[in-house]
Amino acid sequence: MRKTLVLAALSAALLCGGANAQQINVKIGVLTDMASLYADDTGPGSVAAAKLAAQDFMKDHKNFKVEVVSADHQNKPDVATGIASKWFDVDNVDMITDVPTSSVALALMQVGAQKNKALIYSGPGSSDITGSKCNANTVHWTYDTWMLANGTGKAIVKNGGDSWFFITADYAFGHALERDTAAVVEANGGKVLGKVRAPINTSDFSSFLLQAQQSKAKIIGLANAGGDTINAIKQGAEFGIVASGQKFAGLLIFAPDIQALGLKAAQGLMFTETFYWDMNDGTRAWTKRWDKERNAPGKLPSMNMAGVYSGTLAYLEAVAAVGSTKDGKAVVDKMKTMTFKDPLFGTTTVRADGRGIHPAYLFEVKKPEESKYPGDLYKLRATIPANEAFRPLKDGGCSLVSG
Amino acid sequence: MFTIFGVPSAALFGQLLIGLINGSFYALLSLGLAVIFGMLNIINFTHGAQYMLGALAAYLLLQYTGLGYWPSLIFAPIVVGLLGIVIERFFLQWLYKLDHLYGLLLTFGLALIIEGVSRHYFGTAGLPYALPDSLQGGHNLGFMFLPNYRVWVIVASATVCFSTWFVIERTRIGAYLRAATENPTLVRAFGINVPRMITLTYGFGAALAAFAGVMAAPIYNVSPNMGSELIIVVFAVVVIGGMGSILGAIITGFALGVVEGLTKVFFPEASSTVVFVIMAIVLLVRPSGLFGRRA
Repeated sequence: MRKTLVLAALSAALLCGGANAQQINVKIGVLTDMASLYADDTGPGSVAAAKLAAQDFMKDHKNFKVEVVSADHQNKPDVATGIASKWFDVDNVDMITDVPTSSVALALMQVGAQKNKALIYSGPGSSDITGSKCNANTVHWTYDTWMLANGTGKAIVKNGGDSWFFITADYAFGHALERDTAAVVEANGGKVLGKVRAPINTSDFSSFLLQAQQSKAKIIGLANAGGDTINAIKQGAEFGIVASGQKFAGLLIFAPDIQALGLKAAQGLMFTETFYWDMNDGTRAWTKRWDKERNAPGKLPSMNMAGVYSGTLAYLEAVAAVGSTKDGKAVVDKMKTMTFKDPLFGTTTVRADGRGIHPAYLFEVKKPEESKYPGDLYKLRATIPANEAFRPLKDGGCSLVSG
Repeated sequence: MFTIFGVPSAALFGQLLIGLINGSFYALLSLGLAVIFGMLNIINFTHGAQYMLGALAAYLLLQYTGLGYWPSLIFAPIVVGLLGIVIERFFLQWLYKLDHLYGLLLTFGLALIIEGVSRHYFGTAGLPYALPDSLQGGHNLGFMFLPNYRVWVIVASATVCFSTWFVIERTRIGAYLRAATENPTLVRAFGINVPRMITLTYGFGAALAAFAGVMAAPIYNVSPNMGSELIIVVFAVVVIGGMGSILGAIITGFALGVVEGLTKVFFPEASSTVVFVIMAIVLLVRPSGLFGRRA
């Protein structure tokens, strides 16, 4: 009897094996900033995250072969579209992920639609990606400017920071972040006293800080990211911005930026993120694995990297459900009907406009004396539930949303 | 209070001062470039990397030996200067007789290697470096808050710039140097070790860059990219001032800092390009630069 059962099981396994024998190859391209101002917030760390996602997926799906390739887009739209075209046409890449720098991401959306491939963004910030510029091949994970503005802007105005001056990075992302934050500030009864547009990769902000000081605004909103934010805060401390009663609102800050600033300069900053490595056992375990894959001691994963992992995993699950990578739009459409679960973002759904929906968190940077071990940087101030964290579907002006 | 083009005069004075301070970084860096070009005929594209190494050395000295800002201001330039001497002995000395292009390519390649290696070890987000305690705080001048550190930057940079100018243009050793550039064979005939003098000059140029790097560490983000962002502007400064002209490099450095500062008030979006617009105009009107000798 027992023998028969074993035989039956064996033959069943063989049969299944036969049905699944067709191997599906998926090639994932991580197109990111490998060496410039966003490289520590995305870059090699995102590549490591995509590799982890591929490993985890292949563990459960033996008939899949997932390969990860990567390239440096140098934050230039022309470089990025060139690489993407070659990837899609010659190298059989099925999906491109990460893509920090909104201007690059927006330019790439055209290519994705033309070649009918999937784009799973984690790096860029502009809320236009799932708003007025949305398309059917793009999913936007992790964060966007509306979500940052809504999380950080609202909390600060409610705490009495009702007059603002913006120092804005002069390109698509900065403009979107400034626009979305100004709207939140005004909707909550605050006032915007002025703004200045600083070119990306500015090393000296003192001139802009002086203008911010003279505006007498209570809050100086930094609508920039990466090295620009670090320089502005570092020089702000020197110019006595905080000492004289004004406060910075870092609208987009990542854990590696806080490490670069040091807690002494960064303490008290409030900002919104969707992932922090030290949130729970799941994120800590993942960070350990990421650390091994990244192989750069002392680095911390940013939310972008976590988003690359989570978004790539979700994409692969949708590919498994569709059965092919051929039709990028079909995979993205499938993603919009599924619910994804992972240890980093919890439960995520994808909306009709391509927006990945998951909770967001308001964090505050710890004081140096509150930090107990290396990488102990944030205190959780509030959790913004998934249904409140992102812009309501009807307000985005996305053409994919009917009615 | 009166206004100038809609900007309150007080704000404008503040911006002028800030511009002058930023200009002192340009002056320090373009001075090193001008010295190296004037004496060695090498277009030193490694200058940005040497500036970055200065800041990085300050960070490492603090982390691993506990040496603070002030000792770093001396040791970091020495370390980077020695590295410069090694580069000159091993590579550059073979290139003096060749076209400028070879020196440019070599130093550019070295810069890429140095920056790439630093990126590998330190990433790009940057490293924390605090203001020295003795220069914390600042003064309220009425029209602006002036941090003490910026005062130090402008004083130190002006002192270094003008003493370098003085040594090269007004002393005996400077005279030897200039003579060696004009006619090395004749100067050697007088018993002066010209190759050694050239080596030391390159080392000094590199040390100047590192000095600027240490000065920048407490206020700019210390990252492997900090030099490549600045070096392009500094090259424009040298071209505007006139390649090889030391006084030209110093004056143009300060002046362009001011111009850039004013642009940040009236048309901030253009502040990263204004220097290049000026460079284009100067090249059209005076191809050898404002202070350059006509070729």
